[in-house]
Amino acid sequence: MFRLFAPLIAPIVGLGFLLSLLFAIVTASYESEPESTQQRFHLEHKELKLASDGPLGKYDRAQLQRGFQVYKEVCAACHSMRLVAFRHLEALGFTAPEVKAIASQWQIEVPSINPDTGEPATRKALPSDFMPSPYANETAARAANNNALPPDLSLITKAREGHAPYVYSLLTGYRDPKTYKNEHGEALPADGQPPAGLHFNPYFPNLNIAMPPPLTANGQVTYTDGTPATVENYAKDVSAFLVWTAEPELEGRHRAGVATIIFLLIATTLAYMAYQNIWRDKKKHGKRTSLTDA
Amino acid sequence: MSFPWAAHYAPKHPLMRWLDERLPMPRLVYNAIGAGYPVPRNLNYFWNFGVLAGLALVIQIVTGVVLGMHYAANGGVAFDSVEKIMRDVNQGWFIRYAHANGASFFLAVVYIHIFRGLYYGSYKAPREMVWLIGVVIFLLMMATAFMGYVLPWGQMSFWGAQVITGFFSAIPVVGEPIRIWLLGGYAPDNDALNRFFSLHYLLPFVIAGCIILHIWALHIPGSNNPTGVDVKGPQDTVPFHPYYTAKDGFGVGVALLVFSLFLFFMPNALGHPDNYIPANPLSTPAHIVPEWYFLPFYAILKAFTGDFLWIPAKLWGVLAMFGSILLLFFLPWIDRSPVRSSNYRPLYKKFFWVLVVDVILLGYLGQAEPNWKTVLASQICAGYYFAHFLIILPIVSMIERPLPLPRSISESVLHGEDEESAPYGVADASHAGHGPAPQPAA
Repeated sequence: MFRLFAPLIAPIVGLGFLLSLLFAIVTASYESEPESTQQRFHLEHKELKLASDGPLGKYDRAQLQRGFQVYKEVCAACHSMRLVAFRHLEALGFTAPEVKAIASQWQIEVPSINPDTGEPATRKALPSDFMPSPYANETAARAANNNALPPDLSLITKAREGHAPYVYSLLTGYRDPKTYKNEHGEALPADGQPPAGLHFNPYFPNLNIAMPPPLTANGQVTYTDGTPATVENYAKDVSAFLVWTAEPELEGRHRAGVATIIFLLIATTLAYMAYQNIWRDKKKHGKRTSLTDA
Repeated sequence: MSFPWAAHYAPKHPLMRWLDERLPMPRLVYNAIGAGYPVPRNLNYFWNFGVLAGLALVIQIVTGVVLGMHYAANGGVAFDSVEKIMRDVNQGWFIRYAHANGASFFLAVVYIHIFRGLYYGSYKAPREMVWLIGVVIFLLMMATAFMGYVLPWGQMSFWGAQVITGFFSAIPVVGEPIRIWLLGGYAPDNDALNRFFSLHYLLPFVIAGCIILHIWALHIPGSNNPTGVDVKGPQDTVPFHPYYTAKDGFGVGVALLVFSLFLFFMPNALGHPDNYIPANPLSTPAHIVPEWYFLPFYAILKAFTGDFLWIPAKLWGVLAMFGSILLLFFLPWIDRSPVRSSNYRPLYKKFFWVLVVDVILLGYLGQAEPNWKTVLASQICAGYYFAHFLIILPIVSMIERPLPLPRSISESVLHGEDEESAPYGVADASHAGHGPAPQPAA
């Protein structure tokens, strides 16, 4: 009996799955949901060219230093950078004494204890310290920001679709919701206006972001290297800096990659030649004359 | 093992002779991957992928053991310990990116390895056991890859663990208690992370053991080949070393080049940005998607949307997803055609390529935005997947008229045909019209 029915098992199981799928197809609803306000007004991020792009990309250290200055003077008021230590800043071209000065002058002190009483206290930051957070904890951060949590920026360019160009687009993407029109000339509907406390930004996935526009005016940060102090440059420079905070290993990775690829190209060529050499007498079009000399 | 004309190990150096008499390890290596293992002489580059999979496992174990020295399996610090590896451990970024991309590399070469087996009928007698152990290895790899993805404890780690362990809750009555038992809690947490780390460290060595069985079982009948015709004599084979060690050396070089492009120049191309956000049980990501190598199965899971025959859609999806892999265990008995290689199976060959396109489409649909179009497409693709293996394959193997097979491997090689073109036998009057040349039964 089993031998008779065994060949039928597979088709029966297959038919079961197919019928279930057919049932799902027949009972499904085929109405497209109308395009939401978010879909109609959301914009893909703008282009941003950085020196670190591409397989041979290197950091522009002057730009990273300017970006760090923007972070320090603007972003750091709300956003932590908990995975970066002051000592890491030497990679931006700061000398050890400069790093020491940056740490000791940091606007937020490092949580510590009073060495005499053991009471909680704070002290000036050292190069070995990770950058202290502007808020003691999440509750404090939310309390100070209308219940929104400013995300840590250490990994932000790796942690968002669109990466650095997204950050740059977001920082320069605030628009007036009353007058904004999308590419089809549509204005935001009345029920699409940002709720109180939120700010319209078409580059943000749901259009309304809790962060108020951080970069508001040219000259807000004073550049000392002759670069024009514009909002556009602030946004580019801080995006470049945030690429570095997320991928400090990038330059070494690219260098090691180039060396590895060159090595492997040579090794693979040699391996190919060895392969051809060893198989010379076995190839179909070789000089073999009889079947038995294999 | 293997063929009577296999070369025998004859130690030349006195030290090797001394060792061989006491512990015949050199002999074992010689017979397994040395000159003592005769291999069909006509293998194409698709036969490199078994060795590449072995290489990938070695890369994963070596990098994984080093990562384990620095990683902390604790929900509070796991994410930061990975970032410490990336930033403060010497060349830690290299080890970690090699491991993360190594998982994709491993699965990619194994998928090619599996499809090679499907195309050339490597699962058929007398190699059923090789295939069965191979499917076990594939299942172990999927489990290992999933648990490894949880370890960085980012958003996708956490929510991926939530979704995957949620499959068990689809089982009626006992499902939810099983899920809680597996997780050690109601949701993924420190206990789940700890046991995943423990198992993630264990399973690769189980895989290594299964690979030994896989190769052992392979060495009984010897390797299949692109004609699917059995080895007839010494003229059909070459010794594994130096012929295939040399060819594999070249293959390894090419594979490492591709791997290096990802590792050094786009290490996050295959990952998801959300996994650079620390796990947060209170914030669900907009789209939870698994790694690319699970996407076809994820698409099958999501395709079953109807409560057909009073079985809930979720259970249908879970049954179908596991069924889509488990059916591979029965493949040697579902496909009853005695001809192995698709080069001589004109009808099966067409369906094979439809299956390849179907699985790639399922992979695309697994990560697509869900709307009625993508859901319908994944229902059709999932339907073809099951129809291919469970309905089309048995019918094809009954009605198909295979092309005439070459008499032997060396004949097919000597006449210098392309692998894809009609073989020598087609023009041979004595063969034409008599169906396939008989293949000796296993």
